[in-house]
Amino acid sequence: MLYRENGQFKSTYRADQQIFPIRQDRIAIGVLLVAAVVLVPLLASQYLLRAICVPFLILSLAALGLNILVGYCGQISLGTGAFMAIGAYGAYNVYARISGMPLIAALLLGGVCSTAVGVLFGMPSLRIKGLYLAVATLAAQFFTDWAFLRIRWFTNNSTSGSVSVAGLNVLGVPIESPVQKYLFCLGFVVVFGLLAKNLVRGAIGREWMAIRDMDVAAAVIGIRPVYAKLSAFAVSSFIVGVAGALWAFVHLGSWEPAAFNIDRSFQLLFMVIIGGLGSIMGSFFGAAFIVVLPILLDSLPYWLGIPIDTALASNLTFMIFGALIVFFLIVEPHGIARLWSTGKEKLRLWPFPH
Amino acid sequence: MTLKTIALIGHLTALGLALLAPATDASAQAKEQFFPLLAYRTGPYAPNGTPWANGKQDYIKLINARDGGINGVKLTFEECETGYATDKGVECYERLKGHPGAALFDPQATGITFALTDKVPADKIPLITLGYGLSASQDGNVFKWNFPLMGSYWTAADMLIQHIGQKEGGLDKLKGKKIALVYHDSPFGKEPMPLLEERAKMHGFELVKIPVTAPGVEQKSAWLQVRQQRPDYVLLWGWGVMNSTALKEAQATGYPREKMFGVWWSGAEPDVKDVGEGAKGYSALNLNTSGTGPRVIQDILKLVHDKSQGTGPRDEVGSVLYTRGVIIQMLGVEAVRRAQERFGKGKVMTGEQVRWGLENLALDQKKLDALGFSGVMRPLSTSCADHMGSTWARVHTWDGAKWNFSSDWLQADEQIIKPMVRQAADKYAADKKLTRRTPADCQS
Amino acid sequence: MGFFLETLFGGLMAGMLYSLIALGFVLIYKASGVFNFAQGAMVLFAALAMARLYEWIPKWLGLENKILINLLALGGAMLLMVVVAWLIERLCLSKLVNQEHITLLMATLGISYFLEGFGQTLFGSDIYKIDIGMPKDPIFVLQSVFQGGVLINQEDLYAAAIAALLVALLALFFQKTATGRALRAVADDHQAAQSIGIPLGRIWIIVWSVAGFVALVAGAIWGSKLGVQFSLSLVALKALPVVILGGLTSVPGAIIGGLIIGVGEKLSEIYIGPMLGGGIEIWFAYVLALMFLLVRPQGLFGEKIIDRV
Repeated sequence: MLYRENGQFKSTYRADQQIFPIRQDRIAIGVLLVAAVVLVPLLASQYLLRAICVPFLILSLAALGLNILVGYCGQISLGTGAFMAIGAYGAYNVYARISGMPLIAALLLGGVCSTAVGVLFGMPSLRIKGLYLAVATLAAQFFTDWAFLRIRWFTNNSTSGSVSVAGLNVLGVPIESPVQKYLFCLGFVVVFGLLAKNLVRGAIGREWMAIRDMDVAAAVIGIRPVYAKLSAFAVSSFIVGVAGALWAFVHLGSWEPAAFNIDRSFQLLFMVIIGGLGSIMGSFFGAAFIVVLPILLDSLPYWLGIPIDTALASNLTFMIFGALIVFFLIVEPHGIARLWSTGKEKLRLWPFPH
Repeated sequence: MTLKTIALIGHLTALGLALLAPATDASAQAKEQFFPLLAYRTGPYAPNGTPWANGKQDYIKLINARDGGINGVKLTFEECETGYATDKGVECYERLKGHPGAALFDPQATGITFALTDKVPADKIPLITLGYGLSASQDGNVFKWNFPLMGSYWTAADMLIQHIGQKEGGLDKLKGKKIALVYHDSPFGKEPMPLLEERAKMHGFELVKIPVTAPGVEQKSAWLQVRQQRPDYVLLWGWGVMNSTALKEAQATGYPREKMFGVWWSGAEPDVKDVGEGAKGYSALNLNTSGTGPRVIQDILKLVHDKSQGTGPRDEVGSVLYTRGVIIQMLGVEAVRRAQERFGKGKVMTGEQVRWGLENLALDQKKLDALGFSGVMRPLSTSCADHMGSTWARVHTWDGAKWNFSSDWLQADEQIIKPMVRQAADKYAADKKLTRRTPADCQS
Repeated sequence: MGFFLETLFGGLMAGMLYSLIALGFVLIYKASGVFNFAQGAMVLFAALAMARLYEWIPKWLGLENKILINLLALGGAMLLMVVVAWLIERLCLSKLVNQEHITLLMATLGISYFLEGFGQTLFGSDIYKIDIGMPKDPIFVLQSVFQGGVLINQEDLYAAAIAALLVALLALFFQKTATGRALRAVADDHQAAQSIGIPLGRIWIIVWSVAGFVALVAGAIWGSKLGVQFSLSLVALKALPVVILGGLTSVPGAIIGGLIIGVGEKLSEIYIGPMLGGGIEIWFAYVLALMFLLVRPQGLFGEKIIDRV
């Protein structure tokens, strides 16, 4: 009843091809954006902004990038942490070595570095498929783990291998307080989300999906696998690289290569699978689930007033996390995005039965 | 209701709960001094992190039970599991720093220390990094909020070289020798290198660096390399499971354990207990004594463990890392006490006030005896310029069943270290656009 | 030259140990098409069970004989692994039967998180000892040919022998017994096996139990070498290149892949490593596997991937 499309007709092709053709959707997105930009900074506490909202935004950006590769193009990659690291260290080198480099330019250049390496490590995908490719991408992960520890040039010759940035600002406006950090990341997420959504709706997105579904058939009808696969790697690495740079600069402030290790890669893959493969919305759902859940599980004993030993609490968190992942995969293997779209389908009829 | 609906509802509830999560910054005036405890009781570093955390908790319980707090101010604590991961450590820090009455943080990890060093000046809460962390933070004029009490990796490396020199009959006899550094491939493991390279230049020995990929569970190639290089001495710079694995691999490749020397984080019971006889002859630095002799340990056993309030198992009390945790907590408590002397006895101290306390610690032998720490550690006194307070350590050796001290007290050579610290601190200040503190600021 | 031989032996023996773990991966993939990322966690769980039972059995039953205690601990751990296998099959896999590879992969990752947390809750996070009587000191051979002799690690030698024995036993099991034939039939084609009456659920429980047994042996050997602690599960990450190099569906592939990776790793770390600053062995193994895959995308002995449109 509420989600009815009756009465909404389009008179131009352009109107028909817009991202949100249904008016209710447009209103919903508008409300969401207003809430995100105005309400959240007003109502959320410093801790909530710093520890939940900012990581959620940055990781959902990374999950978005990974979803393009895994969900839309079907190339399983376990080396996402490596691309985040390359983005972070690339941005750091540009920022630290070139004085006066604007922050946004540094972050984007970090993404460009990540793109270059992403295309390089994406080339095996032309020959290797499926699970073999997944494990082969781990080569990228371990290689970058080693490279940032060993090659001093990347860390600006710091003796310990740990680097940090300070004094972030955009055109004089500092990015120090939680609200500023939150709005900064929100800006990036909105822009890249729009970018990704339009990419996957366009010709290139359709090429990716064709490669994912049946790559031999796609080649037969004229889609060049080289172009499609490598462009997927390129776009995905760019977004993941920018997310990595944001994670390092805005969230951590000071980091070492271990911040982007294999656990991070698995975490991102979890987000994408639980959120929903092949869905932009899904990346956000998955990121919310994975970011909020451990913190919730850690704080739960405290709220319930049951004092348990932190080791037990931490182990329980692991166990519940693992069990929930399996549960989710059994219940809805296509992820939360599928639940969401099923919900929307039901809403179109509700409260009528048919 | 289908499983799917349950899942969707559950997910939405979780999101809702998270958004409505109670903010932890209370507005009421704190009535208790709060000690946030960052610890790791799971993961590859848990065997060493657990006794350390237990020592800290037990000492807080002791102060409450025996003394009724610090001049009547009760102590509370909350532990947060970091798993030695920097991002979890930062999250724990953000959650606990706003708790009313928060005194100081001991991150228990070098990686987390690096991340927090940038945040603490803004949040005005001090960091104690006893025997680890940034070596340059010894310079209190640049690092106002960091306190590497009792030693850093540079002092440790220095003392080890001095000890080896003593064994050889003089530092000049080191010329032409080969010393290998088997280190944990992380900022923690790489920190001593500048000092070792400096000493290598001074005395003419060759420094071979052999990294071990974290967490150091597989070291066969590292020790094959040791066998290839045939160094005269091996310095072990590991943490957690890497230490015992190194000793096992040393045994498997036949490298004499008598020629292995570890930093004070590689010389505790969890590292050698399951190697047993195989680690016999292995030596390491130690900042403190161990054992159940000292009066403070006796008090803990009597007033905490005997009342079933003990945090860990009873037989862990008095072990090397446990005692070190007790010392760290004692220094924190004494800093609060010292701050109370200036800012108001019987009141809860803020982070800034505790920082002043940490900077003006004067624990001479008499005070240490009164606290029950005679023979456990050397006297310590900090100042504005010197945030380390004491640069002494001893070497102890494993005899297959327990640790025995095998050297006199060694002191790090400030002649070499001070210029290096100054240089590194200046570089840090230049990078971060900080200025050195003025003498006026030292009085505040 | 003597040192080169040492490195070679060391690599071969390390490779045998990796193939022990890789064997678990291959067995499960062959029979049920699931890439079991939880194999590392299973190795850890099995080793933890054995180590703690070894400590607890003397206290519960008052026994003194080390061999008896070890056997009981082994038996107890094996029982536990069978229960775990049954639970995994019942609660997770049977519900995820026709899902895509990546969903199954993620499910096993979830299981591995669960097992790691559960193992540490039940058994603790300290370093525990497994003492199966392996000699710890090295022996030196060929002292007359090379100065100082060539060092051979006795423990590794015994471990390699046990691994070889295990492979032989598994080969016998698969070839000569009826259950083994049923397992091979299921690995070939699930539906055809089902249609001739082979009970799929029971077969999968057996496969996971056998994989659990392999995990237990691997855990006992690695645990005896390195001590049993949480980080043992990370050894599985070193076995992954072995699996993809040898082919996901081939048992001989796991062995030969293991030997190649083991030797490649050690030689690269000793001879190329110092030029690059050291610590290269883990990514070198993956890059080596990647190189092989570029030539043969299905691994050395894996089934050729036939794309049908």
